[in-house]
Amino acid sequence: MTDLEQRLRNAPPAELDRKALDAALAQRAGKASLLDVAYAELDSPIGELVVFVTPRGLLRVKYADEPIEGVLAEVAARVSPRILRAPRRTDPVRRELEGYFALRRRSFDLLIDWSLVQGFAGNVLRETSRIPFGDVRSYGQVARQAGSPRAARAAGNALGSNPIPIVVPCHRVLHADGGLGGYSGGLDRKRYLLALEGSLPA
Amino acid sequence: MPRAVSRGVRLPPFQRLVDDHAAELHRFLVASVGQTDAEDCLQETLLSALRAYPRLRHGDNLRAWLYTIAHRKATDAVRWRLRHPVSDLDEATGGLASDPQPTTDDGLWRCVRALPAKQRAALVHRFVFDLAYRDVGERMGISEEAARQNVSTGLRRLRKEVER
Repeated sequence: MTDLEQRLRNAPPAELDRKALDAALAQRAGKASLLDVAYAELDSPIGELVVFVTPRGLLRVKYADEPIEGVLAEVAARVSPRILRAPRRTDPVRRELEGYFALRRRSFDLLIDWSLVQGFAGNVLRETSRIPFGDVRSYGQVARQAGSPRAARAAGNALGSNPIPIVVPCHRVLHADGGLGGYSGGLDRKRYLLALEGSLPA
Repeated sequence: MPRAVSRGVRLPPFQRLVDDHAAELHRFLVASVGQTDAEDCLQETLLSALRAYPRLRHGDNLRAWLYTIAHRKATDAVRWRLRHPVSDLDEATGGLASDPQPTTDDGLWRCVRALPAKQRAALVHRFVFDLAYRDVGERMGISEEAARQNVSTGLRRLRKEVER
């Protein structure tokens, strides 16, 4: 090896400030309307959440048990692959969720991006988003309000695949006999949320 | 906002590309354009990639695609720098345009930057990244033989410049 080759191999070190890069990239991408989906992690009393927002609104809330890679892949395929981790873009969601868990806030003022829900499930979840804090409904009631009185089971499925738990409060839907029913985030979380709102059935 | 990429193209979320390749692209750019311009070049590279990303027809070899864009940005930056050289004044006062981390072998790297774009990129891939000619070619989207050619021509030219 020649001396010149050796000098090329001893290239100056390149220290990349990743934090600064990510911040600059998110900011410039947002300004150029190239940031279709922004996401960030946030802490909550029921574990770490990851929230995804688009220019239309809140798209997805992920509980800690769901692997992030799967959710990212789904969002990339169904919404847009222009996805960046951009905590500042999710600040409004963070603030409202913090307010909710601290009982300073009983409803959310966030816009919702319904891109991940379709058809009957969309009707069910829109109806569900109108159930007030501290109130509960049965699966049958929600199905009726969504326009299909006999579709309680389908309503249950729609609620089970709610992409925006907590903010679209599917935890407020219970069995008619007062049983908890199911919850995609696990029944412990459903119980926690209902207790927080003072509506845990005895 | 573009919706539902549903042509069967499976592209990873762009953040993965940043996580996987930002550091090596930055290293490539520091060697190609110098510390001062590398950061901006990297941002420009990633923004250009982000702009074109949903229109890609397949997700094969995204890394080579990113290097192609970085190479183009580096070429632009070197041209721009030739027209707007860092002045002695900047250098003396530590102004914005001066290199924050002057390296011991500054003269050599100035000569590398003055090489034709392909030769410069080939030398950086070959020696800074220590790649085989086949991989140099793959990253540059050229044949192994062309990669070898660019490296040897680049080296010859560089030697002449350095010894001048």
